[in-house]
Amino acid sequence: MKRKLRDLPPALLMLVPSLGLLTVWVIYPLIKAIDYGHKKCDISSRNCRDVGWDRYFSVFQSTQFQDSLIVSLKFTLMTVPIGLVLGIGLAVLADKHLKGIGIFRTIFSSTVATSVAVASLVWFVLLQPSRGILADMLSDWFPVLKNPGLLNDSGTALPAVALSSIWASLGFTFIIIMAGLQSVPRDLYESAFVDGAGSFRRFTNVTLPMLTPSILFVSVVLTTRALQSYGEIDLLTQGGPQATKATTNIPYLIYGNNSVIHNDIGTKSAAAVLLFLLCLAFAALQFRGFGKRVHYGN
Amino acid sequence: MATDAVRGARKVGRYSLLVFVAVVVLFPIYAVLLQALKSGPDAFDHPRSLLPVDLTLDTIRAAWTEGDLGHLLMNSLFVSSVVTVGVIVTSLLAAYAFAFLNFPLKGATFALFLATMLVPAEVTVVINQRTADSLGWMNSYQGLIVPSLASTFGVFLVRQVFLQIPKELREAASLDGVGHMRFLYEVAAPLSRPTLGALGLFTFLGTWNAYLWPSQVINDDEHRTIQIGLNSLKTPNDISKFNLLTGGLVVAALPIFIMLVVFQRQLVRGLTAGAVKG
Repeated sequence: MKRKLRDLPPALLMLVPSLGLLTVWVIYPLIKAIDYGHKKCDISSRNCRDVGWDRYFSVFQSTQFQDSLIVSLKFTLMTVPIGLVLGIGLAVLADKHLKGIGIFRTIFSSTVATSVAVASLVWFVLLQPSRGILADMLSDWFPVLKNPGLLNDSGTALPAVALSSIWASLGFTFIIIMAGLQSVPRDLYESAFVDGAGSFRRFTNVTLPMLTPSILFVSVVLTTRALQSYGEIDLLTQGGPQATKATTNIPYLIYGNNSVIHNDIGTKSAAAVLLFLLCLAFAALQFRGFGKRVHYGN
Repeated sequence: MATDAVRGARKVGRYSLLVFVAVVVLFPIYAVLLQALKSGPDAFDHPRSLLPVDLTLDTIRAAWTEGDLGHLLMNSLFVSSVVTVGVIVTSLLAAYAFAFLNFPLKGATFALFLATMLVPAEVTVVINQRTADSLGWMNSYQGLIVPSLASTFGVFLVRQVFLQIPKELREAASLDGVGHMRFLYEVAAPLSRPTLGALGLFTFLGTWNAYLWPSQVINDDEHRTIQIGLNSLKTPNDISKFNLLTGGLVVAALPIFIMLVVFQRQLVRGLTAGAVKG
């Protein structure tokens, strides 16, 4: 006990920087957002009045939130499964001792070097209807590329953003799955081989079970990123095409310059808290769903 | 003999597949790079041409001037460097308290730290923008830097390494009259150098690449980071300037590509720290 108290002053001094910053920039805004979520404020957002906690329900049920929720869920479904399968595929392909394999591994991880802004604008350039190289090369087969352009058509805008996002995350997924593959003990493959398992059986019965921790991790990270993606929407479509708001997901509804709730801090806070709950629910769901199947060895 | 032929054919097959996939993955980068290296009219006349002919740095030079890219890069470099140093210092200090000191409510404090890791920026930025506004930090370097100076992830990572350092080492040092700060500076920090390297790399990349917070706290040219500033080169309606964006992209992406090639091992170590058991 005495020791505990003797350590207290230095411990406080050492914790104060982190604790202070986290309090002001993470804990306080979280509590404040929860509080604002049940208030109605005027446009200056200085004068607010309490409208009760069921305001969260009314925000949740509002058309704007429901529409953006559907966009967010669609976007998650478009990006996460495909991203995972492609990442696993690349990792399995590169997990061989071949001459020069290092170059391929570097290439496959290369998109990890692109930021949201760089990756999105690369695809903005490629998909540009009048000048973009993809539009130029493929528009004979897909006229939508030229008119009105993938990003300007309500039906294709979200898949186009998803394409850019899948590409941008590929390097990250590849690196994690690759590391997972390399930690699979080689003798497991050998005994499976001796038992007469073909390469497909070895993949489904040895590789996949041993990869579950990495897959769970990647899947949680990719899902969270998909639910929170803001930069790619802001840069590629601004939540549009405006008529249908086909790419206004929840983050864009909260932060976008074109958003209808741009000046309404109460609704913004409520939507932000609902987004937080959605992310938590998805993470919990994946941990539970995978939980029984995750194989940590030993 | 037959098996040799089969093996050879398999090898060829696998290499072809590897090359094909590599081309697909690299295509977007290659296409943009090539467009940036061609002069305006030529790229306009032959956008289909993926051959590296008639290369010039004109587009990149024009983008550099038009977009004020030097200024944007310096802003990003300054903000990312300060945040990186800050995060390493605050993480070292807090991790030391959690690993080597005993104090009341230690478990609860650590749990609070971990809990903040769950809160995404997307939730807090609404209010943080107001806080920055009332502090007069909109359009300022403080506004860009200070909110990112503490990292729960960093505290957690460094604490894990500190826990591996034998307690006896600390006890022996304290018998010799070595204080906490000196022990941290001379023993604990140097022993955790690889982890600090990975943490530094990640913090730098994360800050350099950040989009949401800078876009909400900065709206003047003076303090813009490169990620936000690229947007001003995006002029879809002015076809004559469209190529400038490709030049800007090359300038923005190049430093990070170089950095990642140099620090590839630290990057993989850091990325996989959370994913693989061990």
